[in-house]
Amino acid sequence: MNQTNELITELANKYGRNRKNLLPVLQGVVEQEKFLSDDTMIEIARELDLPAAEVYGTATFYSFLEYRKMGKYVIRICKTITCAMKGKNQILLTIQDMLKIGVGETTTDKKFSLLQTNCLGWCHKAPAMLINDEVYTELTPETVRVILTEYIKK
Amino acid sequence: MSTSYNLKRADFIFRNENDWEKILIRTIKRDKQELINELISSELKGRGGAGFPTGLKWKLASEASSDQKYVICNADEGEPGTFKDREILTKVPFKVLTAMGICGFITGATKAFIYLRGEYKFLKTDLEKAIDEFEYYCKEIDFDFKIEIFMGSGAYICGEETALMESMEGKRGEPRNKPPFPTHKGYMEKSTIINNVETLAHTFTIFKHGAKKFYDLGVQFSRGTKLFSVSGDTPKPGIYELELGMSLQDFVDEFGDGDTKAVQVGGASGFLVPRKRFNETAIGFKGKLSGISLPTGGSMMLFNSTRSMFNVLDNYLEFFREESCGQCTPCRVGCQQLLIGIKAVKQGAKPANYLDKLLKLTETMQYTAKCGLGQSVANSFSSIVENFREEMIY
Amino acid sequence: MSNKINLTINGMVYEIEPGKTILEAAQDVGIIIPTLCYHKDLCVAGNCRVCLVEVVGQKRLAASCATPCHENMEVLTNTLKVRNSRKHIIELLLSEHNADCTKCYKNGNCELQELAAEYKIMSQDLIDLVPLKNYTIDMFSPSIIKDDSRCIRCQRCVRTCAELQGVNALTVAYKGDKMKISTFFENSMNDVVCTNCGQCVNHCPTGALIEKNYIEEVWEAISDPEKHVVVQTAPAVRVGLGEELGFEAGTRVTGKMVSALKNLGFDSVLDTDFTADLTILEEGTELLTRLKRTLVDKDESVQLPMATSCSPGWIKYIEHMYPEYLEHLSTCKSPQQMFGALVKTYYAKSRKLNPANIVSVSIMPCTAKKFESNRPEMHDSGYRDVDFVLTTRELAIMVKQAGIDFMKLQDKKFDRLMGESSGAAVLFGATGGVMEAALRTAYEIVTGREVPFKNLEITPVRGMEGIREASIKIENPLKAWSFLDGVELKCAIAHGLVNAKTLMEAIKAKKADYHFIEFMACPGGCLGGGGQPIPTSPEIREKRSKAIYDEDDAMAIRKSHENPEILKIYKDFLGEPLGEKSHHLLHTKYVERNRY
Repeated sequence: MNQTNELITELANKYGRNRKNLLPVLQGVVEQEKFLSDDTMIEIARELDLPAAEVYGTATFYSFLEYRKMGKYVIRICKTITCAMKGKNQILLTIQDMLKIGVGETTTDKKFSLLQTNCLGWCHKAPAMLINDEVYTELTPETVRVILTEYIKK
Repeated sequence: MSTSYNLKRADFIFRNENDWEKILIRTIKRDKQELINELISSELKGRGGAGFPTGLKWKLASEASSDQKYVICNADEGEPGTFKDREILTKVPFKVLTAMGICGFITGATKAFIYLRGEYKFLKTDLEKAIDEFEYYCKEIDFDFKIEIFMGSGAYICGEETALMESMEGKRGEPRNKPPFPTHKGYMEKSTIINNVETLAHTFTIFKHGAKKFYDLGVQFSRGTKLFSVSGDTPKPGIYELELGMSLQDFVDEFGDGDTKAVQVGGASGFLVPRKRFNETAIGFKGKLSGISLPTGGSMMLFNSTRSMFNVLDNYLEFFREESCGQCTPCRVGCQQLLIGIKAVKQGAKPANYLDKLLKLTETMQYTAKCGLGQSVANSFSSIVENFREEMIY
Repeated sequence: MSNKINLTINGMVYEIEPGKTILEAAQDVGIIIPTLCYHKDLCVAGNCRVCLVEVVGQKRLAASCATPCHENMEVLTNTLKVRNSRKHIIELLLSEHNADCTKCYKNGNCELQELAAEYKIMSQDLIDLVPLKNYTIDMFSPSIIKDDSRCIRCQRCVRTCAELQGVNALTVAYKGDKMKISTFFENSMNDVVCTNCGQCVNHCPTGALIEKNYIEEVWEAISDPEKHVVVQTAPAVRVGLGEELGFEAGTRVTGKMVSALKNLGFDSVLDTDFTADLTILEEGTELLTRLKRTLVDKDESVQLPMATSCSPGWIKYIEHMYPEYLEHLSTCKSPQQMFGALVKTYYAKSRKLNPANIVSVSIMPCTAKKFESNRPEMHDSGYRDVDFVLTTRELAIMVKQAGIDFMKLQDKKFDRLMGESSGAAVLFGATGGVMEAALRTAYEIVTGREVPFKNLEITPVRGMEGIREASIKIENPLKAWSFLDGVELKCAIAHGLVNAKTLMEAIKAKKADYHFIEFMACPGGCLGGGGQPIPTSPEIREKRSKAIYDEDDAMAIRKSHENPEILKIYKDFLGEPLGEKSHHLLHTKYVERNRY
């Protein structure tokens, strides 16, 4: 927890403590910790002198600012039209099979979380997914196995 | 001048030109009014989808009185089927930065932002390097202009200009009431000029080659070239720069897989055109030259006969239901009703004529929603339901 | 001179002031446009889309609340397009709303229901979304119930909590179909920074935010022959209750209210105004003591300015937001709690009643009073000092349930023993009133003369300005108070917590050298309380305020220290202000609460 508080102070020092700096601070925490807990949001509220409810209301508006506990690697599979047409479901099934988790769940070792997301902007190379900030496109069940195996080894 | 609506390829945006320094210094020595007039005469319209005349926007911003003005580059490219802005920022970032600088020079803004969608975070480091280089040069030529990247965090609606500004102010990305318009009161209540990435890239072309060069391309009311993001059932998905005004038939002839049954023009918030209307549909902003003319942010999604248009619509509506900001009634509840409504018809829980009631509902959404998102849901809904009614029912 | 603009509405040309919205202009000329998210107290949201009108030349309809008029604008408010769209919007809202109206607390006083009735929404076309929604009801707060299934997401509550109160206990969370009004992490209202002020309840157009009502509990007590049920009524109730029962806003219904309470079967109908007078004696003495300790004894532990403590919303606010300033609060309980503590001691003793059999009920313009009566420390009589707190609105419900024709009631007087009061006490219902009452007494205690204002009306402390300042110079004091000679007593008043916040920040920045500050949680003071009739608006607050001042003016006794029952209670029971018994029964302490 203390580490988080230090991170928040550091981010606030870097970006500033005005309302307009809220998103960069939230993003900075999510980058490190993958999600925002209630304690984290309270600490951000304190640091930026904002009402906690406002921090919560703002964070929950954005799909990438997770407020549920997430694993080290957050997999986001695009589910929008072209990816859906080009076999997104097979990719999803492959990952579910490999990690033994459903959409919205996290592996017991807290290493992977699996989510679906809206258009990632890779429709010409569908299907696509993000693992944290890394993009993977033109996925097939085979390639996704290779990619995930690499992550599992990490 | 050609009046045919043939597909014509062009190569301006991605043409590699390492002369941005020259263009910048040359342009900011010119008369501001003259530059605005040049831009107006090019008839460039916004390439994000709404198609507002760019010259007029810059003129309005230049006339606004505000102690601080801002330039924002809208790189929150979220419309399904659109991916051109990412490519521009990857391949020719300096064209965009230079255009932002020129815009700042003309309007009096000294501070600028690029609102980059969270999904494109991997672009950030390279873009920051480009900005550093750009700012270094600005300093060298004593041009006071700063650019900052502001990251989005996964919200389609933030592509709407006022929602984007709310987001930059650290709030929920909920569109504002208009008026006031951003050129008058935008980011932090200051006069703000906000343009799509591609629009800015085109202004670079215009300031470099002159308005006439741009104006001579395309057709009446739809001048110049446009980047098209081509995806779906096509053998060659990708990004293509084409002159505006081509007929959809020509487009399908080039990009279709021989079995194209419909094309979604303009993304999920655009229109679906069935095969029988390919010939009479032109891609452009306005003016019924040969039937319908459809505006677009450049998203072209092709569907062949294996695709169920029910599934397509279902996918769009789920997208809108989730990505609506939720503040206004017609959009928030309307999207839910449309989605659950088509499912009910498909499953037989509602009679087929319930689709007509839903069409009426989309009409209300179009008249009453607070921003473009809610207003445009009607586009895809009505064009799909009207053209593929059987697929909705059986 | 005149820079009016021409606006055409439904074919008629009107000259209107520039800068108005279409909605305001239409209201001015008597054209009604329905609204939901719009409220005169709040900034414009433009999100419900019910107030749509057609602007000639535009395809899309305009939200009249958010669209400014301009010269030669042509507006149509009642076209087929407008009507159909509006109807559609109402249908959409209903489809997301638990429209089980007969089982709703707000049945009959719901803006959505009214609109549905007006537009005769009979169609069952749209699919009911409620079963898909997992709506929750938060009943953990003793003051407020939040029922998401009744919410239409107009955000009036969120704007109220932020703009009027500066509390931000409520926010808008999530987006799309999941968008909802939420507290921090969807915690209970009871566990967040909510002050229970009830302004959200007062501003909610539907049944999504309501007071937790204790009507059945009170009926049960009244019907129990073993119980002696005592009721006290706060000053602001008498100028608000009439609105719920057929009278114009601003009608004083004191006598009818007493009469109705007797009809309902309360064994004794008494007046919180009595303990308001008592508060003045206790708090006034406390202030003078603090001044003496500061000025004469140079005691640096004494905290000035001293802040009033009668508004429980304000108390909870400072406990959450400025806990380091709790020492500034007067230790006086609120009049309600003083009353409660005395009912089960002094009153019980005088009436020879077993306090265990007394049920003490209070009628308040306030929802925070419900929480206050539930505070664990409010047991100084040995029992729960106040058993049930009802709002003005709940009392009106009981009056209707009892079949009382309120308008035809004869005026009656409060019962004796804690039923007598002064005009100063009734002022507690208006912002600045506690200050005025305190000054009337304190000045006279110190100088032996009446306050130097015509008819005792201390006009500088009156009005609706969010923060007001006044000072009164003390000259030629009585000998015991000679240390105050020439001292300029500086006072300030804040109402609405957002103004309290401004003042607290000034104190924090050491930019406020006041001696005494009156804080009221609600805009307008108690007359604009969260438990008052709905709607409450700036105009209605003005009318209730006038009624309060008229009520004061009409009283035979105008100063708290001249109330004979007050003199009697000190003589027979309490001894002296701040005496040992007072200390035990009438004073309290405060707790630090979570800031986030």
